[in-house]
Amino acid sequence: MTTTDTYTGGDVRLTGISKSYGSFTAVQPLDLTVPQGSFFALLGASGCGKTTTLRMIAGLEDPTTGTVHLGDRDVTDLPPYKRPVNTVFQSYALFPHLDIFENIAFGLRRRGLKSVKKQVGEMLELVQLGDKARHRPHQLSGGQQQRVAVARALINHPQVLLLDEPLGALDLKLRRQMQLELKRIQTEVGITFVHVTHDQEEAMTMADTVAVMNGGRVEQLGAPAELYEHPRTTFVANFLGTSNLIPAEVAGTGSEVVVTAGGGKLRLPGERCPAGARPGGRLLVGIRPEKITLSHADDAGAVPDGRNRITGRITDSSFIGVSTQYTVDGPAGTGLQVYEQNIERDPRLVPGAEVVLHWNPAHTFGLDADQDIAAGTEQETAAGAGSGAGPGAATGPGRNTAGPGQDIAGAERAEDSP
Amino acid sequence: MTLLAEKSPAAEPAPPRRAPARRRLVPYWLLLPGILWLLVFFALPLVYQASTSVQTGSLEQGFRVTWHFATYWDAFTEYWPQFVRSLLYAGTATLLCLLLGYPLAYLIAFRAGRWRNLILVLVIAPFFTSFLIRTLAWKTILADDSAVVAALDALKVLDVTNWLGLTEGDRVLATPLAVVCGLTYNFLPFMILPLYTSLERIDGRLHEAARDLYASPATTFRKVTFPLSLPGVVSGTLLTFIPASGDYVNAELLGSTDTKMIGNVIQSQFLRVLDYPTAAALSFILMAIVLAMVTVYIRRAGTEDLV
Repeated sequence: MTTTDTYTGGDVRLTGISKSYGSFTAVQPLDLTVPQGSFFALLGASGCGKTTTLRMIAGLEDPTTGTVHLGDRDVTDLPPYKRPVNTVFQSYALFPHLDIFENIAFGLRRRGLKSVKKQVGEMLELVQLGDKARHRPHQLSGGQQQRVAVARALINHPQVLLLDEPLGALDLKLRRQMQLELKRIQTEVGITFVHVTHDQEEAMTMADTVAVMNGGRVEQLGAPAELYEHPRTTFVANFLGTSNLIPAEVAGTGSEVVVTAGGGKLRLPGERCPAGARPGGRLLVGIRPEKITLSHADDAGAVPDGRNRITGRITDSSFIGVSTQYTVDGPAGTGLQVYEQNIERDPRLVPGAEVVLHWNPAHTFGLDADQDIAAGTEQETAAGAGSGAGPGAATGPGRNTAGPGQDIAGAERAEDSP
Repeated sequence: MTLLAEKSPAAEPAPPRRAPARRRLVPYWLLLPGILWLLVFFALPLVYQASTSVQTGSLEQGFRVTWHFATYWDAFTEYWPQFVRSLLYAGTATLLCLLLGYPLAYLIAFRAGRWRNLILVLVIAPFFTSFLIRTLAWKTILADDSAVVAALDALKVLDVTNWLGLTEGDRVLATPLAVVCGLTYNFLPFMILPLYTSLERIDGRLHEAARDLYASPATTFRKVTFPLSLPGVVSGTLLTFIPASGDYVNAELLGSTDTKMIGNVIQSQFLRVLDYPTAAALSFILMAIVLAMVTVYIRRAGTEDLV
């Protein structure tokens, strides 16, 4: 218990860590390093193993294999109360029999500190709850309880702060506010934050580094923009925002890869293709909906040369305010999503209209065709606020609500996928 | 809009008011059976007993209300040892119930897993047999030549209880220990069930939060689990102590003349001596003492906002 006082710093290092419950493997053996002082997000649908991973760092779950290091220290066998790590629980888990002051002071008192008044006072100020010190948790609103939970963990100056879906119970507006608040606190105190969430927008807004988890594995790890622009799997492409994935056949490789899809040719940069692409092979060509420009078929001649283009017919359009979202069916694929900024709206772009979709080839990415093309699509709706991740993107068409029903659908989906 | 707003209250002032009025009465209608029950089976007998307690006379000549309050004083001065004994036995039995019941309730609530329901059924199972039969069974269990007594003697437990004045020589039956054992056994489920209910209600994540915040398992129990189970401790001790202090069956069957509790005195005054005023006065004194103790206890426990 004495070691918790010494702030040694260092990274969180998970080595070959895994967790099985009987025959069910919640977390596949994984290696993960969270750099000191970073805001790290574990992102994935329910049941993907992200919370289990977090709980293994906290010590609330014993790993089946592997080790947990904090800096140079192996803490794998330390019980949670001996680890310099604190958790903000999903349901906050505030002690109902203690007032806010005592809740926040709990950790300090357990470590034998006698005068906690000053520290608790400062912490109450940090989370702007100075006047609530003698209230009981149930007298506070959800947002206030959430801040108490953060304060109760932070006051111990943990080496790592673990956040288990801390904003899940808050309404959308409050969630946005708390996202910024948490980010501010993290910058202020400089402690490593490991944040578990199923909300891809939340992960992107807050984290420096995001690890996308699926089926107990880390699918891809990187900065939010990196993950969004360069997804390496269909799951990441679909789970983070929305992607149009078009099955294609490789026609030529080199610095620029040429593929055929739906009778037309598409080009994409060679470095954005999986290494194994060779002529005659199959490839999934991806393009984000907001990167596509939509022109009426009558204006096809005005589309500049050198742009990727495919034809189709609008089957659905929804006006979102900032943008209009179109669904287009064409020879290359059905259900293609296009988001157009509402700057100058073309009145001819209504369902039934023949259109040309065109975009800069540099924005195209290629994915290995041996994957489930739909992986991560249903989880996306469970991700709360929808797919409004990229610039100009808003909620996906027909997915304007993110109710609990969809969360369940997402959870089921997650268990189905391998 | 304005036209409507002006018109509606003037046109029909009565109906909108009548409906809520009827609705307001609904709770009282729902309460009626309970209130009637309380009136007939609690309030009326209480008044009747109160009047009996201030009567004088004899069975042959009949009793009359003479406001003879001296009965209370006489009854108390004559039987105070039985009062003290009742409270001591009931208190000891309650403490033993708590010590035995808490670990079991904790086990059922947190560790029993799929055995939980089975154990709960086992806790309640003795109720399927008559109270009297179960108490009589303890006569056999604690008989002089029983294995239990022999074991207690061999383990030198009887030396300790002898020293405490709970037993005499190598006998258990007809001693205070036997009465306390009977009380403890008979009222244990009333302790376990409320304890279990309040423990079971505790969110497991609170334990995790405590462990996460540097509390060892022992500290977690002391600072989180036990305080949160206080409502169960309070209701469990009340449900045990109150009936135990008025009990007479255990003392009658397992005790001797030296272990008479106030319940035995009241019973014999009512049914054998036929001195109804004294019996009624004793009942009221017991009620007053228990009520006072319970009030102080609940105040001290300070769990009003948790219950």
